[in-house]
Amino acid sequence: MAQVGKKYTKWILFAILIVVAAFIIFPILIVLMNSFKGNLFISSAGAFKFPNEQSFVGISNYTNGIDKINFFTAFGYSLWITISSVFFILLLTSMLAWYITRVKGKVTTVIYYLLVFSMIVPFQMVMYTMSKFANMIHIDNPVGIIILYVGFGCGMSTFMFSGFIKSIPIALEEAAMIDGASPVRTFFSVVMPMLKSTAITIAILETMWVWNDYLMPYLVIGTEYRTIPVAIQYLRGGYGSVDMGAMMAMLVLAMIPVIVFFLCCQKYIIKGVLAGAVKG
Amino acid sequence: MEKSLRKYFPLFALPALICFTLSFLIPMVWGFVLSFCEFATITDATFVGFDNYIKAFTIDNYFTQAFWFTLGFTVITVITINILAFTLALILTKNVPGTNAFRTVFFMPNLIGGIVLGWIWQVVLNGVLAGFEQTLLSDAKYGFWGLVILMNWQNVGYMMVIYIAAIQNISTDMLEAAAIDGANGKTTLFKIIIPSVMPSITICLFLTMTNGFKLYDQNLALTNGAPNHQTEMLALNIFNTFYSRVGFEGVGQAKAVIFTILVAAIALVQLVATRSKEVEN
Repeated sequence: MAQVGKKYTKWILFAILIVVAAFIIFPILIVLMNSFKGNLFISSAGAFKFPNEQSFVGISNYTNGIDKINFFTAFGYSLWITISSVFFILLLTSMLAWYITRVKGKVTTVIYYLLVFSMIVPFQMVMYTMSKFANMIHIDNPVGIIILYVGFGCGMSTFMFSGFIKSIPIALEEAAMIDGASPVRTFFSVVMPMLKSTAITIAILETMWVWNDYLMPYLVIGTEYRTIPVAIQYLRGGYGSVDMGAMMAMLVLAMIPVIVFFLCCQKYIIKGVLAGAVKG
Repeated sequence: MEKSLRKYFPLFALPALICFTLSFLIPMVWGFVLSFCEFATITDATFVGFDNYIKAFTIDNYFTQAFWFTLGFTVITVITINILAFTLALILTKNVPGTNAFRTVFFMPNLIGGIVLGWIWQVVLNGVLAGFEQTLLSDAKYGFWGLVILMNWQNVGYMMVIYIAAIQNISTDMLEAAAIDGANGKTTLFKIIIPSVMPSITICLFLTMTNGFKLYDQNLALTNGAPNHQTEMLALNIFNTFYSRVGFEGVGQAKAVIFTILVAAIALVQLVATRSKEVEN
């Protein structure tokens, strides 16, 4: 009897999960469906109707949207900024973290606490002065913005790296140095290989942040160079007129790389989220 | 080793620190100073004392309104997200068929950026509301609950993953012992599972709290504060003070300082809460 009851509960739970999963997937399917419909058929009660002869417009929303916001250029900027920012965050902050963990002193302690403090401060606090300042010193371009991302990513990344470095025995590094390796050599051939799993975690977290970030690229380089989120918001145009057809198509295109990335690196992403949550 | 490493400061520490100074330290200090000034460009400012801070509350009541909106939103999402996430985590640790596939699907919305999310839900919610001849913008309550639904949709999977890991860490010995002693589901849940995952609950509570408090992108893309600033949250209100009204940059900066203090206060409470838990254990 108990066995039957147990089996029964299992299927009830399964049914609940199916309902939740449907709720998760539903909005994405609606957007996908509407991306093949004409403008007039999206923004009213017709949003949930399948495309029919009247409303179906083929891929014209896609071609139209790609033209309107230069989607592939935006994709290029997003990709370039994300990859290079994450690369430099990993390289520069792992070096910084090693230095401030191994060299004890007033200066390194102050640096550490400043970095921790920067993790708490919301972006709104610095956005105005930062974007004006970036403009003043001419780093308001797709290369300069990497400096800003390294600066903002510094806090969490250095914090996580130094947390890990504290846990590894210093003996290995000392042995390498006694054998005559310079600090540079010691870092790149002894320390760095040990940081690999922390680096993957940080890379995942920073990638999710930089790729989806809207305000910073909008404020700093938004008038000339648009990343995907900026380009999508740009479709809104003035006075609330939105080309909903093109919008739907661009939303689909914006989601594809994210979903592909997730399915490829799911294991690391979930591990990264867990590590990030515990530390942050 | 420390000695030989010490002189390598310019190589190891300096590059990151330069970036940090340019993007964070200078703008931060500068912004703080400017919150006491009236200015049109950041290099030409006059000291006005606490004027901007007073103006933040007196020029209009949008800032106070945004505060209550944000607070209400945060309280509700913290409760709903955590209850839903915990429930799903409990179900997904019971060997139900398809556990991995479900976990993947539930987590996925989290990776989609705020702007994209906002637009997705704008279409869906307007589609639903059209059935009642309403739109998202016809009443602030639609915007509010729309944001709540969106936030749950995005965050439940993330918190769920944290809860799953915590539940899986509970030793099976303890659960078996409880079962042998005849503990029913309710007792096991409240006496064993919940106390064991308490650290994760603290983490998730604070994560959802800060996420809710700092929300910007979703707010912008879903309603952009309409109708008449009624669905404007703090971050969006600060942005609009800076950029949609000439001459109010100082007020915007003062609001940003207040916002920073609020967010920092949450973080400090979190720190104290986590520390005291560590001592107890």
